[in-house]
Amino acid sequence: MTGFSALLARDLRLVWRRPGDVMVVLAFFVVATVLFPLGIGPETNLLARIAAGILWCAALFAALLSLERLFAADYEDGALDLLLLAPWPLELAALAKCLAHWIVTGLPLALLAPLMGLLFGLSGEALWAVAATLLVGTPALSLIGGLAAALTLGARRGGALLALLALPLCVPTLIFGAGAVEAVAIGEGFLTHLAILGALALLSLATLPWAIAAALRQAGE
Amino acid sequence: MASLHVLANPARFRRFSQRVLPALSVVTALALAVGLWLALIESPPDYQQGETVRIMFIHVPSAWLSMMGYGLLAALGASLLVWRHPLAALMARGAAPVGAVFAAVCLLTGSLWGRPMWGTYWVWDARLTSMLLLFFLYLGHIALSRAYDDSERGDRAAAILALVGVINLPVIKFSVDWWNTLHQPASVMKLGGPSIDPSILTPLLVMAVALLLLFIVLVMLRTETEIDRRRLEAAEMAL
Amino acid sequence: MTELEVTGLSCRRGGRPVVRNISFTLARGELLALTGRNGSGKTTLLRALALLVTADEGAIRWQGTDIRHDRDGWRRQIAWLGHLDGLKGDLSVRENLANACHLRETPAIRVDEALAAFDLTPLAKRAARTLSAGQRRRAALARVAAADAPLWLLDEPLNALDSPSQAALRTVLGDHLAAGGLAIAATHAPIDVPNARVLELA
Repeated sequence: MTGFSALLARDLRLVWRRPGDVMVVLAFFVVATVLFPLGIGPETNLLARIAAGILWCAALFAALLSLERLFAADYEDGALDLLLLAPWPLELAALAKCLAHWIVTGLPLALLAPLMGLLFGLSGEALWAVAATLLVGTPALSLIGGLAAALTLGARRGGALLALLALPLCVPTLIFGAGAVEAVAIGEGFLTHLAILGALALLSLATLPWAIAAALRQAGE
Repeated sequence: MASLHVLANPARFRRFSQRVLPALSVVTALALAVGLWLALIESPPDYQQGETVRIMFIHVPSAWLSMMGYGLLAALGASLLVWRHPLAALMARGAAPVGAVFAAVCLLTGSLWGRPMWGTYWVWDARLTSMLLLFFLYLGHIALSRAYDDSERGDRAAAILALVGVINLPVIKFSVDWWNTLHQPASVMKLGGPSIDPSILTPLLVMAVALLLLFIVLVMLRTETEIDRRRLEAAEMAL
Repeated sequence: MTELEVTGLSCRRGGRPVVRNISFTLARGELLALTGRNGSGKTTLLRALALLVTADEGAIRWQGTDIRHDRDGWRRQIAWLGHLDGLKGDLSVRENLANACHLRETPAIRVDEALAAFDLTPLAKRAARTLSAGQRRRAALARVAAADAPLWLLDEPLNALDSPSQAALRTVLGDHLAAGGLAIAATHAPIDVPNARVLELA
């Protein structure tokens, strides 16, 4: 069994034993989404217009919620040292952690969001756009968030600082993800947006594991 | 390049900057005086925008300098992580607030410049929005570097952030530009105005140079402060 | 024949020197006990040996070659016990040990043997968070024993251990050294093992 798969399997098993942690994040997503119509007004046309942005922002905040614990648990119980001492690249370990985060957060959000889209009067192709863009876009969020989590390990006000660091970097993904549903609304396809989201995901994949590994090594010093 | 490595010693840098700063400050003050005179008095008021166009002479150089400042943070970050130059960390700590202030000045002047035209203090113009995000990136850098009791940890974390941020800046700019064109198909008064007339170019460049000198002076001053602060911390811990 | 050679190792933390020009050698079958007051740099030295902390000066050589030339290779040679136990609370003791082996890309064949050596077999299926501090420390030591690494780096291994557990540690450590292993332990109390040397850190 390779180290990468051992780490991934372990983290997934840990989440499996505490499903409440994931449920809470998804519940937050639902509550946050519902808050907007309450704050803005129930007019269906308006809600359908802003649904994409709301769903994406709520997904972003929900994903951020679970990021603080991504490395903090390992930092606190000493398991991080063992990862730093593993005889295979730390960049792969970083990738395994972010992948685990995506599987338990990004993936469920991508499946849950279209259901919430129904509450906003989205239909057919728009709902597909929501699901597809979240599916392709959330891996980048897990990687960016992973970097912010690694950079703020042991820092004061870690949670708020994490959000401050991650959110500006998530803006491109947010713009193209939410923009895809807009494109559907005006009759264009969303494949361009999906392609750009894919490119952003690849860019994150090509650069962030190294940054995350560097940040984790700093935490071990 | 060898001379830059020599400067990498904080104590040496401090001596260098103490010698250079007085003269540099005078030059800066003169340049600012000339630039402001050209901008406020010599150059003609704009055909459409009247006197308010003069704000551009601060707004545009501030934009350039805030972007250059972040590039500087990234270069210093690389220098810290790769060569472990002690000065790089201290200069990054000193320069980040300066760059952030220039970004804020850019946002404020942009808002004031646009108010007569737009009727509001803010529009979600592509360039202003990108500048706002750059300002947030600065805030993140400043907050991160000061979030640790161990300042070296904060310095290195901020260095990694600066490098990731500088790669992301073009991506952010691209996506904000795209977002802006998508959502505002109607014509929006471009903050840059019509193509740049030579009579505007000279004051603009002079102001740019003057503000660049101001940037350098401020960064050197702040770096001196950070060097002193680090020395004080080390002295306290030795007690 | 010396396996490990450390020369002139120095580390600075927060600008202050914490490890000052440490040199020593270690041969197969030897234990080096690092002693000194709190704050004398024992943990930093151990972390520098594990390459968790970057040393400012000095060299560490394993079988003649600088360990920095092949970091992953070095990581295969060492098993680590830090201040913290490194156990995941929601995994059972056995799962923790097996996972630790897999993370080192070592087959988990010595897990049961290690559990038995520290009298943890009855606790093997219990979640780590339900164990007492002493039991967790034993589990962490069992993790080190199961790792199948020649050099053990131990930070305060006797902490939180009752007398039977300390005896178990002495036995396991003795067996490890007798089989040609090496160990470096930062410790306040003496570890009663044959071939033990002491390095006092000022």
